[in-house]
Order: sequence, then C-alpha cells, then structure tokens
Amino acid sequence: MRIPCTLMGQTRCHAAMTRIVNLWLLCLLLIALPFAAMAQDDADDGQALLEALDVRSFQDKAEAIEAIIQSEDERANDWLQALLDGDLQRHKDDGRFVIITDNVGREWPARDALTGEDVGEISRRELSRIDINNALRSQLRSALSMVELYTGERDERLDAAEGLIGDVDDELADSLESRLDDEADADVRNRLNQALAVYRLEQGEMDAVETLSGSLNSDVRIALSRAAEGEGAVADAARAALVDIEQKLKVNRGLETLYFGLSMGSVLVLAAIGLAITFGVMGVINMAHGELIMLGAYSTWMMQQLLPGHPGLAVLLSIPVGFLVSALVGVIIERSVIQHLKGRPLETLLATFGVSLILQQLVRTVVSPLNRTVTTPEWMSGSVAINDALSLTLNRLYIMAFAVLVFVGLILIMRRTRLGLEVRAVTQNRAMARSMGIRATRVDILTFALGSGVAGLAGVALAQLTNVGPNLGQSYIIDSFMVVVFGGVGNLWGTLVAGLSLGVINQILEPWAGAVLAKILVLVFIILFIQKRPRGLFPQKGRAAEG
Amino acid sequence: MYQRIPSPRWITASLLALGITTPALAQDDDPIKVGILHSLSGTMAISESTLKDTVEMLIEQQNERGGLLGRELEPVVVDPASDWPLFAERARELLEQEEVDVIFGNWTSVSRKAVLPVMEELNGLLFYPVQYEGEESSENVFYTGAAPNQQSIPAVNYLHDQVGVERWVLAGTDYVFPRTTNRILEAYLKDEFGVADEDIMVNYTPFGHSDWQNIVSEIKRFGSEGKKTAVVSTINGDANVPFYRELGNQGIDAADIPVMAFSVGEQELSGIDTGPLVGHLAAWNYFMSVDTDANYDFIDAWIEYNDDEEVVTNDPMEAHYIGFNMWTEAVRKAGTTDVDAVKDAIIGVSVPNLSGGYATMMPNHHITKPVMVGEIQDNGQFAVVWETPSTVAGDAWSDYLPDSRDLIADWRKPMECGNYNVEEGECMGSDAEEQAEEALSED
Repeated sequence: MRIPCTLMGQTRCHAAMTRIVNLWLLCLLLIALPFAAMAQDDADDGQALLEALDVRSFQDKAEAIEAIIQSEDERANDWLQALLDGDLQRHKDDGRFVIITDNVGREWPARDALTGEDVGEISRRELSRIDINNALRSQLRSALSMVELYTGERDERLDAAEGLIGDVDDELADSLESRLDDEADADVRNRLNQALAVYRLEQGEMDAVETLSGSLNSDVRIALSRAAEGEGAVADAARAALVDIEQKLKVNRGLETLYFGLSMGSVLVLAAIGLAITFGVMGVINMAHGELIMLGAYSTWMMQQLLPGHPGLAVLLSIPVGFLVSALVGVIIERSVIQHLKGRPLETLLATFGVSLILQQLVRTVVSPLNRTVTTPEWMSGSVAINDALSLTLNRLYIMAFAVLVFVGLILIMRRTRLGLEVRAVTQNRAMARSMGIRATRVDILTFALGSGVAGLAGVALAQLTNVGPNLGQSYIIDSFMVVVFGGVGNLWGTLVAGLSLGVINQILEPWAGAVLAKILVLVFIILFIQKRPRGLFPQKGRAAEG
Repeated sequence: MYQRIPSPRWITASLLALGITTPALAQDDDPIKVGILHSLSGTMAISESTLKDTVEMLIEQQNERGGLLGRELEPVVVDPASDWPLFAERARELLEQEEVDVIFGNWTSVSRKAVLPVMEELNGLLFYPVQYEGEESSENVFYTGAAPNQQSIPAVNYLHDQVGVERWVLAGTDYVFPRTTNRILEAYLKDEFGVADEDIMVNYTPFGHSDWQNIVSEIKRFGSEGKKTAVVSTINGDANVPFYRELGNQGIDAADIPVMAFSVGEQELSGIDTGPLVGHLAAWNYFMSVDTDANYDFIDAWIEYNDDEEVVTNDPMEAHYIGFNMWTEAVRKAGTTDVDAVKDAIIGVSVPNLSGGYATMMPNHHITKPVMVGEIQDNGQFAVVWETPSTVAGDAWSDYLPDSRDLIADWRKPMECGNYNVEEGECMGSDAEEQAEEALSED
C-alpha cells in the first residue's frame, strides 16, 4: 500500500488524502485491535508504541518517536538508541520487534525489544528494518542527549551540553539550572553555562555577553551576531566580543591551514621519497613509480580481505607486506627492463611508462576495474578537537607521523648502514666503487628494491586517504617528480623540505585561488624556480654533483 | 563458384545478384549486430565496464527468449580506452565495418560529443545511459539517462521544501556536466527561491582531486553561519572517495550539512566505508534498494551473470535496461532494424522500468523517469526517502538558461528538429561537428 502524499513526507497533505488515510487507519485499527488486546494481556504498552513506528511516512514516525519519549517507559532509551543505530527491526513473519546485537554476516543475533530476552540468530532476509531519515536522526539524537546529560559518562555529558548551545528555551533553562548544581565536571559546567548564557543573551541580559566572550563555538557566534544587530549597551558589548572572537578565529584559521599544508606535504613526501632514491640517487626515471604505490595500497586491501573483522591489525601488517610486495615488483622491473637500459634515460622513461600501463591493466584484469574498499580502523577515524574552531583529523595525524618515521628510517639506512655506504659509493663513482670490491649490480638491485618498497609504504598510507583502484598511481606520479626535482635530485632532505613547502603553499593558495588554479600556480612557480636554480632547493655539491 | 567465370559481364551480374539477395538473406538468418561502445581500459573503465556487461547480459536474455524478429542478437564489443577521439574512431568502425544496427555506449559527455558527428554522418543509433547536462538533442541519439530537470531540479526542490535549506554549496569537478548543471541550478535557486548571492558558494576541483581538507573546512565554515546549509555535489567519480572520507573525518554530519550527490551511486559507494556517511543524499531515477519484483529479478539475473553475490546495480544500468527494451520494442513495431524506421517507431514506445512504472520515449529523444532521493545507509545502499508522485519527462533544453529557454526538440514529422526556436520560429540545425570540436579542444 502506497499513500502518495505520505511518501513525500510532508505536512501539507491533501485533505481528501487525509480522509482516505484516516479510513485506512481505522481499518488497520480494527484489524489490529485483537492483537493489541493480546499484547495488552502481556501487560505491555510497548508493543503499541513500537507498532506506531512501523509506518512508511516519516512524519508519522516522528510522532511515534515523540510518543515513546513522552511515555516515560523505562525501555524507551534502549528503543530510541536501537532505532538510531538501525538495529530496531521487525520480524517479517510474526511481527515481533527485535533489537539486533551484531549485524555482520547473514545470520544476526537479536534480543526481543519488549522483554529483552535473547531470541537467538535470525536470518537478515526475515527482518525488516525500521528506516529513519535525517530529520528523525536529529530528533533521536537530541532526545538521547538529554538523557545522557543526566546519566552519561563525562564525554557524553560534554557532547550533550555542547549540543544544547543555541537550543535552550524557557522550560529547559530551569532544568539546566538545577542540573548545573549537580554537575561536578568543570568542562561540562562551562558548556552548560554557555548554553544558558546564549539563552539569557536572547533575553537581553548584559552579563551573558561576558560569559560568552572568547568562545569559538559557532552557535555562540551566531547568537552574538544576532544580539549585535540591535541597539544599546548589550549590542555594543556583543559587537566588542565578536571582534575579539574574529581575531581568535583568524589565528585558528592560520593554524588550520598550516596543518592542512603539512599533512598534504607529508603525503607528497611519502609518495616522492621512494622516487628520491630510485631517481635521485640511482638516476633511473621510473614512470612505474606510481604503480608501485598502487600495489602498496592493494596490499592493504588484500590484508583486510585476509583478516576480516580486524581492519586495524590488517593495516599494521600491511606495512611490511606492502613494502615487500612493491620491493619484489621493483626488483622484477629492474632486472627485466631497467638494467638493460642503463645510461639511456629516454628509453628508460618510455619503457617504464609501458610497464606502468601493463601493471594498471593487470590489476584491472586480475582484481577488478572497480575501486576496492579499504576500511579505516576505529582509532584512525574522526578528529581531535584542539578547541571549538580547530580540530585535527586523526588519519592525517597518523600519516604525518608515518611519513616522519619513514623519512628517519631512510636517512638512517643511507647514513648508518653498509648498504647506504655502498649506495653512496656506487652513485658517486661506479667504476671506483667496483674496483674497491663493491658488487655494483647487487647494490643496484637493493637500492631499487628499497625505493620501490618505500613507494609501497606510501601506498599503504594513501589507502587511508584516497581510492584504492587501478588509477591510484597516475595521480601521484607527476607530483612525485615535481617534489624530487624541486627539492634537488639526490637529496633526501631536499625532498622533505620540498614536499612540505609545496603542501603548505598549495593549501595557502587554495582558499582564494580555487583548487584548479592553485595547482597551476604551484606548477608555474616550480618551472620559474627551476629556471633560476636548475638543481633544485638543495643541489648536490662537489664531486657527487657530476655523478 | 563465381570466381571460375572470367567474363566481367558475369561478375557484374553476379554482384548485382548478390546485392539483391544479401539483404533478404540477412533478414532471415544473419544475426542482428548490437555495438557496445564502453571503455574497458583507462580511467573510465571503472564505471563503463559494468555497462558493457549489462548490455551483454540483456542480449543473452533476449536470445534466450528467441532473439528479435526471429534472428539472433550478436554483441560487437570495442574498447575506446577512455580516449575521447578514439570513441569517434571506434564508433565509425562499428558502423562502417561491423555494420551494427544499434550502439549502446558512452559515459562522459565529451565522449558523446565526440561520436555525435559520426552518428549523424553515418546515420547510426546510439543509446546513451548516463545522466547528463542536457542542452542537446540529436536525431541519432536516444538519451535514457536523466536530463537536469529529472535529477538536479527535483533534488534541489527536495532540499528546499523538505529539509529547509537556505544556503547552498555547489561543488563540482571542473568539466562540462557540473559547470552546466551548476549554471542551471544557480539561475534556478535565484529565480525560484530568491536565494541571495552570498548564500551560494560555488567550488570546482580538478578530476581525481584527492586533498579535500581546505574545501571541506570551508564548507564547514560556510555552513556554521546559522542558516541551514546543504552541499549539492556534482563531484565526479574517483574524487568522491577522498571527499567523503574527509567529510567523515572532519565530522560533518548529514543532519547538519547534508551532501546531495548527482554522480554517486551504489557502485561508487562500494569503494567507501559508508559508516560515517549515513544520511547523506543522492538523487537518481533508480536505486538498487527499490522494492519491486522487476528490480529483484534484475538483481538476481545480474548476480547470476557475474557469479558474484557482492555485485551492485545502479542507475545507468537501469537506463540501459530501459533503452535496450525500448529498442527491441521499436524494432518489433517497425518489423525491421532499419535505422530510419526504428527512429520513427521508437517515439511513444513505453516499457516497464525497474521501479514499478513505465518509461516512455518522448519526441525529443529523452524518456520519462521517476525522480528519487535516497539517503546513504551503513551497508552501502540508499534508502529512498522521497520520490516524485509521477514520472517526469526529460527536457533537452533547460528553461532556466537564457540561451536555451526558447528551444524545443521534436523529432516527429513534420518538425524533425533538435533545437527549434519557438520565438524565431526556425530550426537552428545540427552543429554536431562544432560541438565535438569544442568539447575535444576543451579537454
């Protein structure tokens, strides 16, 4: 049965339609009465309350939710939470309401919504979910947050109090005042005070402005701007408070841009640092570098497929796996193609470009042309709030830390290990190094494996940010070369500084130039810079420069 | 046996005879050739390869039902490799060498513009299954995807009427579809809802953009000024995954700032963990979650065809389903696969869509479609939260752009024109050649 106007979920329902709906409801009631009576026998209004939720119209659902909130049924909280999580479902056959406790796989364990007793596992085909939309979601959230304000943990209370800013009315103000007396935690008290102050500001109270001044919360700012539009002492005070807030926001915005820039820069550094070894140190123009990054990203996906249910562990394990996979492929490329083209950069460029196309199509054919899902582990999603206006996204914080680790690791390998020593020797003077007993071919293989493996590490990190698909590498190859050339070929520190500064420049330009123009401007800047200093930011000096 | 006769006169005669007999033969036994022009390699393979499979599945099903006009259908697959000029070459190859009777193909607008002159020159038939920016109606192309009035305008109405949105972010990838759509939407928002300039933020990003930090944070600021804000996204393909990830990480909740997407379907979502995105929106004419028997049958057949429980269906697949059935219906009606006959016969043909209604081919070569708004669920599917009460006919020329307001398309006799100017009372004629050149040079 479809009722067109309820489908549209709106209040202005056609009058005629309302009559039909009423009739239809009456019919329903007549049919449902015996059942309702049965439910009543079990001494339960809950069935009726939940029954009202199982309608198509979101408007009717909203009323049903309100009825549950008003009912003061002790299970109301449980129901609303389950409804919000999409766990409140109805059995298609017996019409029983259940709450799913785990929705992985095809068979779901559940408990009865009314009695709370365990009902075992139910096939998902037999269940129909009570759907909600955005409007209902916010209705549920605000209802639940009121409960949390009284009974929740500290963080929940804090969130709830924050959510109240701008939403306080006469009725709520009194109960909040009393809540304030019971609240022990200073932060929560602070939030509650702000919420009340916004309310008092709307009443035109002067001291409210003082409480609110300096707050970076956007609802506070909106309230102050409204107050500032008026006349009188309160408006003047609000205007002064706003100026102060704007000042603080500017500082925060600057910090935010810096963070964005550094995080974009660390991605660039990660993508380019492998190339800094193969191109910078060995002088091999490897156009398949992007595809080595892609393979690293696919290893993350593969590990998550092998370890279902443990996305975090899979990501950690994919760090060594991604390194090894890309290193192995790198060695194959080096042995089969690059070693035969030594000293012929143009041919190397073309041949490795061909390799990159082969690798892309290989992934398309073997895995799929479609993107693969890489799940972000719980501990990597979300953000940490520094204050109301500034929060740092966690996944990017982790990637920045990862980039630093990879960089330090590489520096140590190049400076402190025998391999590093040999690599530097071979790149400076191949013939001399060989005559000193260094096996140059072996060093070539190991260096290329190292550079490729680091590209794989970049892929593991990028899998957390972007698409894992056959085209992943293409989007990073140009950027990588740009960073290496800008930083100075053969210099890892140059790559670091170049990557970070290009990231910051890009993010500074973006807000006023737009993403497209910002990219162009950065490229133009690099071209001009290379004209002036062809060897990049940190050119190699002395004999190494000639190598 | 003809080769044994040396006389040129005989050869002429036999050629003549061949010329007379072959069509008759073809009518009886030769398979009907169906060209498939979708990229199987390169950047667009991600979206287009499934459409190739869809058409192949539909052909297989049709053959199981006994073919068409008593003849087998035979797919002819070519790979234009996401290379726009190559689309034109491959289309020419399909029509001239393979002599296909119909082509199902293309995804991007620029690739469609590239094949347009070939289609018109060689009088081919092309069914184009993707939602697009409109402003086009070719005699040889049938647009089974949504025109702007079948997707973006109803979606914006939903946001304004049902969600109460007052501030708008129009974010898109920098190419023709988002630019035209946003131009239409901006004009529409200002004319219809009286939205002020400062309440509209327009933002374009390059293809495959992956660093969304700044833009998402800007959207967040734009949306925290006290008025209900929504993002209308024409961000294309690959760029969506990092965009949605950034939204989730910066904590932009659908309840605060909903994102309404026009290019994100089930297939795009299959690359994302949708947990943090629950409640964000998309507007399409079909969702995999549509609750009809026709849809369940289609999904079952698709799963069986791929032998994979995890495959998803999406809107352009439904468009091919409709287009294919319309074409077979028209061929049956015309009794021949002759292009001109089919072109005439197909106008007015109605076939069932997958959402329980009917799609009709209109005289402007666009079809009627229901418009639906879905909210993303945590399982990668959409739950339909709103639907137009009846189907909407596709409008080739937008009523909200000054340069197309007066144009209409009607391919029935006697008008037979794709861009008739009702003010001036004359047909502007085909400019496929220039359009193709313009589109290709822009790229």
